[in-house]
Amino acid sequence: MSKVIGDVILDVKNISLRFGGVKALTDISFNVKEHEIRAIIGPNGAGKSSMLNCINGVYTPSEGSITFRGQTFDHMNSRQVAEMGIARTFQNLALFKGMSVIDNIMSGRNLKIKSNLFLQALRIGPAQREEEEHREKVEHIIDFLEIQAFRKTPVGQLPYGLQKRVDLGRALAMEPQVLLLDEPMAGMNLEEKQDMSRFILDVNDEFGTTIVLIEHDMGVVMDISDRVVVLDYGKKIGDGTPNEVRNNEDVIRAYLGTSH
Amino acid sequence: MQTTFPRLLLQHAQQRPQAPALREKEYGIWQTTDWAALARLVEQVACGLHQAGLHRGEHLVVVGANRPRLYATMLAAQSLGAIPIPLYQDAVAAECVFPINNAEVRFAVVEDQEQVDKMLEIREQCPQLQHVFFDDPRGLRNYTEDGLGSLDELIAAGAVFAQQHPQFFHGEAEKAVPADVAAMFFTSGTTGNPKGVVHTHSSLIDRAQAGAEFDKLTDREDVLAYLPPAWIGQNIFSYAQWLVCGYVVNCPESGATVNIDLKEIGPTYYFAPPRVFEGMLTSVMIRMEDAGSLKRKLFHHFMDVAKRVGPALMDGKSVGLMDRLSYTLGDWMVYGPLRNNLGFSRVRVAYTAGEAIGPDLFTFYRSIGINLKQLYGSTETAVFVCLQPDHEARADTVGVPCKGVEIKLADNGEILVKSPGLLKAYYKNPKATEEVLTADGWYHTSDAGFIDSHGHLKIIDRVKDVGRIKGGANDGAMFAPKYVENKLKFFPHIKEVVAYGDGREKVCVMINIDFDAVGNWAERRNLPYAGYTDLAAKPEVYELIRECVEKVNADLAEDAMLAGSQVSRFLVLHKELDADDGELTRTNKVRRGFIAEKYQPLIDGLYGGKTEQYIETVVKFEDGRTGSVSATLKIMDAKTFTPVKAAA
Repeated sequence: MSKVIGDVILDVKNISLRFGGVKALTDISFNVKEHEIRAIIGPNGAGKSSMLNCINGVYTPSEGSITFRGQTFDHMNSRQVAEMGIARTFQNLALFKGMSVIDNIMSGRNLKIKSNLFLQALRIGPAQREEEEHREKVEHIIDFLEIQAFRKTPVGQLPYGLQKRVDLGRALAMEPQVLLLDEPMAGMNLEEKQDMSRFILDVNDEFGTTIVLIEHDMGVVMDISDRVVVLDYGKKIGDGTPNEVRNNEDVIRAYLGTSH
Repeated sequence: MQTTFPRLLLQHAQQRPQAPALREKEYGIWQTTDWAALARLVEQVACGLHQAGLHRGEHLVVVGANRPRLYATMLAAQSLGAIPIPLYQDAVAAECVFPINNAEVRFAVVEDQEQVDKMLEIREQCPQLQHVFFDDPRGLRNYTEDGLGSLDELIAAGAVFAQQHPQFFHGEAEKAVPADVAAMFFTSGTTGNPKGVVHTHSSLIDRAQAGAEFDKLTDREDVLAYLPPAWIGQNIFSYAQWLVCGYVVNCPESGATVNIDLKEIGPTYYFAPPRVFEGMLTSVMIRMEDAGSLKRKLFHHFMDVAKRVGPALMDGKSVGLMDRLSYTLGDWMVYGPLRNNLGFSRVRVAYTAGEAIGPDLFTFYRSIGINLKQLYGSTETAVFVCLQPDHEARADTVGVPCKGVEIKLADNGEILVKSPGLLKAYYKNPKATEEVLTADGWYHTSDAGFIDSHGHLKIIDRVKDVGRIKGGANDGAMFAPKYVENKLKFFPHIKEVVAYGDGREKVCVMINIDFDAVGNWAERRNLPYAGYTDLAAKPEVYELIRECVEKVNADLAEDAMLAGSQVSRFLVLHKELDADDGELTRTNKVRRGFIAEKYQPLIDGLYGGKTEQYIETVVKFEDGRTGSVSATLKIMDAKTFTPVKAAA
């Protein structure tokens, strides 16, 4: 594979996050380069989702800064993050269960729709044309994710693996530069995991999207990631290529325990 | 009228340039290609292939589903005098090696990454395969292999060439004569290597015309192309007849959306093997079981009416006024909506072929007003040999010989056919050709059958499979395995059956349950199961299957000729028979001999009087990896019946 990895696009510096007396994250620093697949792994409770929530603007870090494309922030704001081109998916799926696949993915275009609510509701003039343009984008995503057969199915009726795909589709609808994936393969069987891995690699390859993913399934992560950050009890214990991380003593200890 | 496929294309493009030729659903919308645009596309592909070095008379393989640009490729090859060979898109890589080497193929035009991977995988075994072009570039961005290129590039290059040489394409297309070879189809073959069936423009076009005339097809038909184009049935219906009649061929969005697309298109001319009709009926029945009680009652009430009245109406017979009224009411309340739901609202003619169809299944469709009929034919006969006329469709015959066909029966019951649609030869296989195509022009179908009192052909089995029971109570009785298998398969709970009995003293069968139907049945009985293997081994399921077997036995006992074919013992297999494991052909026919070898311990168990038998089998997954499954299978006895003595 001839993939060109660019400069640092997202730089996380000395982030700490406290909930009262509980330290969820302590002094975490790492960076993400353009076009790479960057994984954050760690055992349950290591602080992976907290880290993602800091980048995403859901949590405000107690200390530290985040630099995205040269702009430095001491905390992020979720709307601003979305406008800057960072999209995410959710570990426990946050789809509109009663809405169809199309409408769910369409909701990801929200920020891109220019015409106002009134015009949209009446579907007149430019609103109609605009909707068609957005629908076309959505159709490309549906085609890309191979979910043509479920366009009009309410999302709640789909099996879990497909719901995950719709969730990914909605994030893609934002045409993000950086995609944050929160345990994209949680609860999947082997075949679904393989499918999802292929989609992640394809997104990275075809659209050039930078991907930050959280996962606790080591096997999958090591196969598809370019670089891996390892967290344990809110601290960074490893950072490097999958091979480096695999041979890191601290990581082995965190995952397998030690014989005392 | 003698013509060729390229000429037919140019004729349509000239006479009705704006009429739709092909539709493909893409990005949620049916995109139409008209005849003029298609002719342009074919010209560009042809010029591109010419530049890439495709010669007159050489073969080219096309691998993929029904895609407009793959159809255009076949036409383009034929325009250059090259011979397209469609291959099954779900064949594993190794299965492509023989055809490609046999026909010395240098060019492959394939659908997508999956097919490209296959072609690259077999490249070492097929060194002459130099050029591989793909239709869908998805996932292929980083492939740098020599000779691999996109159809987009080929078409772009072809367009430039066509502009510089505007006369080239027409000149080449006019060179073909009807007696030239038009296409080659590899038959799946139950034994040995597949054979390339060579067909000329005239054989394919003649049969396409005969079929079209028989059913009065026009250029206004809509056809959904969803079966493999490598199968001659699909090729005749959506290629040969398409070009002959000039109707519209619709390509579904993907394999998973066929049912949705069927509803949207509402084809007027439809073709499917029985298993597709069976699948549809099963899904209707399952959904009805889940419906509210009023709807269910309404459905069953009117289905009873339909069963009584529908077939007679279809056959053009007169029915009583009351019956006619209730049928009309039923049509309004049940049959119409049901047809609509199945995508059959506009169907004028529907065909089923390839396998025997169950009488209940057949009657169901006819009774709700779908003109479902049967036909008889094969790859070697370019499909149309026998067809059922509109008012004479029956479940157990395959119709009357159609225009240009002569039929006679050999002494051993084999059906012999003479027709303008017969194959030219098997490619590079004079020995096999001689065996089936005798000097006097008769084609030996290797099917055993007879003509019934109404002049309809009835098929019993393959000639070579019709055997004799040896020893035991039924010594010397006739054994028609397929006949027994089909009777069992007509039960919705049974998906596949393999019967043995030739040269043995009794008949034993191995059965595959239908996972959907039996799974649903189990759920309704609160019968927990962990998967296919577990479900297949349940004592309740064995009981269910035993009832089916005994019903068949009772039925067979009434037929003096076949009473000896009653099933004495059976078992339910732990895995589905699969073409990937070589147990079925690509057209889903059981390979009895192969299965007998593979499951030798089971056969021994069946005939050795054991009550259970351990078996371990290797299975091949779709991605080419292998694994193994093992189980201890129960073997059960079934009750047989004393034959009803023919009234003396």
